[in-house]
Amino acid sequence: MQYLRQVWTIAAKDLRSELRTKEALNASLSFALVILLLFSFAFDPTAEMTREISGGLLWLVFAFAGALLLNRSFARELENDCLDVLVTSPVPASALFLGKALANWVLLLGIEAVCLPVFGVFYNADWARQPGWLALVLLLATWGITVIGTMFSALTVNLRLRELMLPMLVYPMLIPCLMAAMQLTTALVAGQAPEGDQLAWLRMLAGFDIIFTALSVALVETVLIG
Amino acid sequence: MTALAVENVWKYYGDFPALRGIHFEAARGACVALLGRNGAGKTTLLRILAGLSKPSRGAVRVLGQDCLSEEVRRATGMLGHGIGIYDELSAYENLRLFAALYGLPDAHRAAVEWLERTGLERVRDGLVREFSRGMRQRLAVARAFLHKPSLLLLDEPFTALDDRAIALLQGLLRESLAAGATIVMSTHQLREALELATHVALIVKGKLAHAGERTPAMVDDPGYLYRTYGEA
Amino acid sequence: MREKILYILGALAALLLARNIWAMLTGLPDEAFQGAIFRIIFFHVPAAFTCFLLFFVALIASISYLKTGRMQWDSLAVSATEAGLAFGAANLVSGMIWARIIWGIWWTWDWRLTSMLVCWLLYAGYLVLRRAVEEPAQRARLSAVLSILSFTVVPFVFFSIKWFRTQHPQPVLYGEGKMDAAYRAMLYGNWVPLLMIAALLVAVRMRQERRLRELDALRREAHAF
Repeated sequence: MQYLRQVWTIAAKDLRSELRTKEALNASLSFALVILLLFSFAFDPTAEMTREISGGLLWLVFAFAGALLLNRSFARELENDCLDVLVTSPVPASALFLGKALANWVLLLGIEAVCLPVFGVFYNADWARQPGWLALVLLLATWGITVIGTMFSALTVNLRLRELMLPMLVYPMLIPCLMAAMQLTTALVAGQAPEGDQLAWLRMLAGFDIIFTALSVALVETVLIG
Repeated sequence: MTALAVENVWKYYGDFPALRGIHFEAARGACVALLGRNGAGKTTLLRILAGLSKPSRGAVRVLGQDCLSEEVRRATGMLGHGIGIYDELSAYENLRLFAALYGLPDAHRAAVEWLERTGLERVRDGLVREFSRGMRQRLAVARAFLHKPSLLLLDEPFTALDDRAIALLQGLLRESLAAGATIVMSTHQLREALELATHVALIVKGKLAHAGERTPAMVDDPGYLYRTYGEA
Repeated sequence: MREKILYILGALAALLLARNIWAMLTGLPDEAFQGAIFRIIFFHVPAAFTCFLLFFVALIASISYLKTGRMQWDSLAVSATEAGLAFGAANLVSGMIWARIIWGIWWTWDWRLTSMLVCWLLYAGYLVLRRAVEEPAQRARLSAVLSILSFTVVPFVFFSIKWFRTQHPQPVLYGEGKMDAAYRAMLYGNWVPLLMIAALLVAVRMRQERRLRELDALRREAHAF
């Protein structure tokens, strides 16, 4: 119980900090919107093309935007040596990690919530035909991106060239999660409820989330305490 | 049971020993001044005591428990090189956050109380980024003491503090010592530190060259220790 | 003594390889559809097996390092990973040569090749991370964690790319049908010298790591005091 309260305290702090300064949020959101708009402008996709690429496009946008956001996650603690204070406190490293992941998850979901209507407008796509399933896919896949991204943010926090390295390390790891999300989203935006193959993707996504959350929770203390 | 027992601690960076067999004890109410040249290993030792890093060999025990355990962390306060407070939160929000992290039952009350003690109650809702340096230092001191720690770890605390902050810190340190806390303080400001210290520990090239009570001779002539115990 | 063992290993591997290549070229008939170039499979496939075996060795070494803190395990982890990347590259290049000769294209998004590429990038990241960390114990610790995370994602990569690709028609690198017994024997048979070369590479790299560590310790000592 106390553990959950600690996770919540960390998550609330991160959210409050980010919502107050909005640095990473602005950068991330602008980047996402720019890609969406530029792509629409450059390729002017037909309705059929949009149907085929919707999942791929959306999740590439979310992944790139997410990387900008996630990089800051542990890096923001380096100013004023706050990371040392957090690690030395009685809050376990895993609670610190989960709190940050939770905050990142909420922020990235927020960015996605803004991008989807923009996508709908500029691509003339009716994306909300399977709202329940789409929400589920968004929640699961965003958690996958967040868990990996936050973990790597912790891993690289004390290293130089952190901004360059984080995307390089994170994207190959995210490929299974992104593939699943892309497949599922393309079908859902086209209006099809998931069945058969699609359900296999959903199960894989859930498995990915569970395994990497467990691994990260187990390993984050090793990463933060030398 | 001694308050702080550093038991034969070694720390390797790769194959290079930064700390070699550091072994000393401190009782409740003791204030240990940790002395040594830059690079001797003071900060490395303090980080191990703070639970930021694990010793390669040996252990550190506080009142019998390993220093990495949750109970010990709850009772440890740290003032490192960085001030350890968030610029984008207000003074009140900062203290409230740390009170909650340290599991204080009434975080709000603790935060308000310490804002008053450090003279920051009038700017409680101001963002720390707008504070003057002195105000930030005082807030950092509040953060370190607010959970009434019984083990205090300070890394060169008097460096770059203004007079008001120094006075505040010294007062709080004396108060903590009287209440039975144990303090380990690394310092270059020999005079201020040695006034408060009851013991000294001199680290030379990763080894403990001398550990013992602070004598009046040391206060009068701070360089004495370095000359006596073989520092070039 | 150890050097002698390594030389003998190398000589044996060279002999075996020579014998295999000779057998491949003279003993086995050309494969019905693909002709002479089919023989590349005897390097292409065992290279992939060896690559992942080495990544697995790196995983075990990483876990062992985190448990014991002994730097020898870190040396094994980096050596195995580097050797694994070498064999992975061999697999990718042989695949590209094969595709070029059979279909006239340099790259095909065959799910196996694609998965290998992604895994290769994953582990290349491991080497990039190591470069960015100066301090040996920290470097060992962080890369051990990365090795564990990377190996865990390998099966996910294979499955997701396989499912992804099978939804689109695409060229298959070699037939799914059962191979003739003689071919299979050669496939596994050629794996042996490759494993020996792998062991050789790892051993040589580990010795280099040991010397680097000694140098680093001396340098730190000199700088500190």
